[in-house]
Amino acid sequence: MLRTLKILLTSALTKGLVGQFVAWALGYGFIAGLRALRGMPTPWLYEPAVAFGAIVSFIGFLLAAGVLTDWLKWVVGKRTPLRHGTPEGKPEWSRYVNVDYNHKVIGIQYGISAILVLLVGGIFAIIFRIELAQPGMQWLTNDQFNTLFSAHGIVMIASILLGVGAMVNYLVPLMIGASDMAFPRLNAFSYWVSLPAVVLILAGMAVGGWDTGWVGYSTLSLRAPLGVVLFLLGFWINGFSSIASSINMLVTATTMRAKGMTLFRMPIVVWGAAAASIIQLTATQTVGVALTMTVAERVLGLNFFDPNGGGNPILYQHLFWFYSHPVVYVFVLPGLSIISELLPVYARKPLFGYRWVALSSFGIALVGFLVWAHHMFTSGMADVLRMPFMFSTMLVAVPTGVKFFSWVATIWEGKLPKNPPTPLLFVLGAISVFLIGGVTGPILGTIPTDLHLHDSYWIVGHFHATMFGGYIFPFFAALYYWYPKVSGHMYKERLGKIHFWLMLPAFWVMSIGQMSVGLLGMRRRVADYDPALGITTTQVLITLAALVIGWSVLIMVYNFISSARSQPVAETNPWRSRSPEWQIPSPVPEFNYDVPFEVVGEPYDYGLAGSVYTRNLAPAPSGD
Amino acid sequence: MSAATVQTTHDEAHGHEVPYATQIRSNRLGLWLFLFSELFLFGALFTSRFVLWGNTRPDLSQEVGLLATGVLLLSSYFMYRSETGAAYGDQKRFLRSALIAALMGLLFFIMVVVMEWNVFGLSGSLFGIELFGHLKPSDGVYGGVFYAMTGMHALHVLSGIVLILIIWWNGRRGVFTPERHWGVEATAIYWHYVDVVWIFFYPALYLMGQPA
Repeated sequence: MLRTLKILLTSALTKGLVGQFVAWALGYGFIAGLRALRGMPTPWLYEPAVAFGAIVSFIGFLLAAGVLTDWLKWVVGKRTPLRHGTPEGKPEWSRYVNVDYNHKVIGIQYGISAILVLLVGGIFAIIFRIELAQPGMQWLTNDQFNTLFSAHGIVMIASILLGVGAMVNYLVPLMIGASDMAFPRLNAFSYWVSLPAVVLILAGMAVGGWDTGWVGYSTLSLRAPLGVVLFLLGFWINGFSSIASSINMLVTATTMRAKGMTLFRMPIVVWGAAAASIIQLTATQTVGVALTMTVAERVLGLNFFDPNGGGNPILYQHLFWFYSHPVVYVFVLPGLSIISELLPVYARKPLFGYRWVALSSFGIALVGFLVWAHHMFTSGMADVLRMPFMFSTMLVAVPTGVKFFSWVATIWEGKLPKNPPTPLLFVLGAISVFLIGGVTGPILGTIPTDLHLHDSYWIVGHFHATMFGGYIFPFFAALYYWYPKVSGHMYKERLGKIHFWLMLPAFWVMSIGQMSVGLLGMRRRVADYDPALGITTTQVLITLAALVIGWSVLIMVYNFISSARSQPVAETNPWRSRSPEWQIPSPVPEFNYDVPFEVVGEPYDYGLAGSVYTRNLAPAPSGD
Repeated sequence: MSAATVQTTHDEAHGHEVPYATQIRSNRLGLWLFLFSELFLFGALFTSRFVLWGNTRPDLSQEVGLLATGVLLLSSYFMYRSETGAAYGDQKRFLRSALIAALMGLLFFIMVVVMEWNVFGLSGSLFGIELFGHLKPSDGVYGGVFYAMTGMHALHVLSGIVLILIIWWNGRRGVFTPERHWGVEATAIYWHYVDVVWIFFYPALYLMGQPA
């Protein structure tokens, strides 16, 4: 017990948090000191000092946690070998609270952080959902409500990015037969830099919150309370994580593939992750510019968005949505690939139209860059932009439809088990939920209907259906599916099924309920509504459904914790998958494949007689 | 049986090490992806200039701008010499040219941030040319865009100077060889890239549109 405490207190996590706090104080003190030299007093929570401290604080976190140590040694010309394995005399779990360069450790770090942050964001949602169950204000003030829904948005996005990082980091090197990512230190950086970002966002709630939603539109964000600066900077710092991890992913998939793995023999997950990475690589920069401009306008007095100085608030929206629309494809592309990966395994037949599915991820990513202004039909932007963006928006349905038809055709005459295991349930649930999200989209993409539905609860329902169908359900499917691989133990099937059968109907109620109150006149981002709208019963149902979803996720967390302790050791390949990571022991050895493999066939040719995907290469005779 | 095959108990970590050639291939691709990503950063600023300024531009010192641009473009030549020196093992040319490139970068930085920026309250003139700019950060969108574009670019110039100083310092200690000098190569590419960005920024800031 004492030893556990000691390891925790001396871990990189603790050091980083202390470092962040100290650096923040130093940064704050620096500005206050400069002001003092010029004879100016510094009020408590003076905004430029808080902002400067926040920027310094994330470097403080990384320095104290030791993420930058190797790079700083390179600067002075030292060579640093990669550390491998558990440090001597420390328990295995201590790797997960310290800086580790193994892609599987980082993947699990991402995964655990994603679930923890997901719970935080979920709690925010449930708090304000309870408030919305009845008209009038019950237990929140307007400011608290505004802060909570704003924080719910950005915290969930941070969680989703962490979850995508978990899937990409753990699976991609394993699936392409690499021993690690191309840049292990950059990989650790990508993970660790997202932690101070989350800390900043949560700290923003403590210093007055903010009321701009997660979009942070100017000019509201220029007048919002202090918390908005920390939200903007936290968002901004998270961008480092996105850009670094996308570079790493793209390079890994390009240079480290196993022998014989041509582009069209890559697993669909790698295709999806590559398409998502291209979006993260490029679009993140433009929202970075938008956030930097907002902070500069608030703190340094530069003018970009405030019309009083000649600025243009629409510019913010363009820069913001140029990232924030494509980024939803960063969330869903890995998830949709998980569906395509798992369905053939359970249906025991080839993935229908492999090449089309592989390319559809890139199709979605490409079209995703051309649709951003459909968020701005009512913003007052140039009228000439409306029609092109309406048509490009409709175009998204084409590559997405390719995926849907492939799933249906893969299930068609497949041998899905009579008693579906939990991962398959979540995959099927994901398809049903993503369908709800998909068919409610064109109504928003069409200008005449969007003018009525814009900023209504219809959008809330549509968006949650796409996120749950495209990310949450597939992510949970992936967690259950690869849990035996990661932990070496089988999860408890019964609890998994209870989780699914609570969550799916609850989600339908929630999403369809949100859309129906939206049609009846419920605005989004408001704390109160008129009882005369006649939507109170539906609001109660939505709140109850949200609570059920929250509890069901807790069941999953309990399942994973308890199964790792009590369940018997899982068999090596419980799903009879052809993927190479299932042919090696669980948990995966430190360097993945002791014997490298060669790809000799198609990845998803399940059920075809005599088809082989991978073959072990004999170890090369050393020396001669 | 040769002596080497007896050593079957190879060090596991060593056995999984990525070959140098693969690592360099990854490094190159990674650097270019990073630069591609930066394209969107500078592109967003560039676009903002046209949205906010339209067919106008602020009144800036043409002399300082032209001189600064010339200095930065010329520094790329010395960076190229430096990299060639490193690739051919000409230590003297490598180190001297790197230092010249860094100094010219610093000169550019001073001309933009100290002279063109009006934040230090300086004034003065030489040969009848005003040395210091008038545009303040608070001068509406003209100040905002100008300071954002030059500031973001100057930040990259500054980090480029730091990188050059790092390779210079390490080069003096003999860290780089003609076979292995990725650090020099990466710094040179980065420096040229920052240079090319300015080729787009300079006309957008100094030449295009009517003076407001």
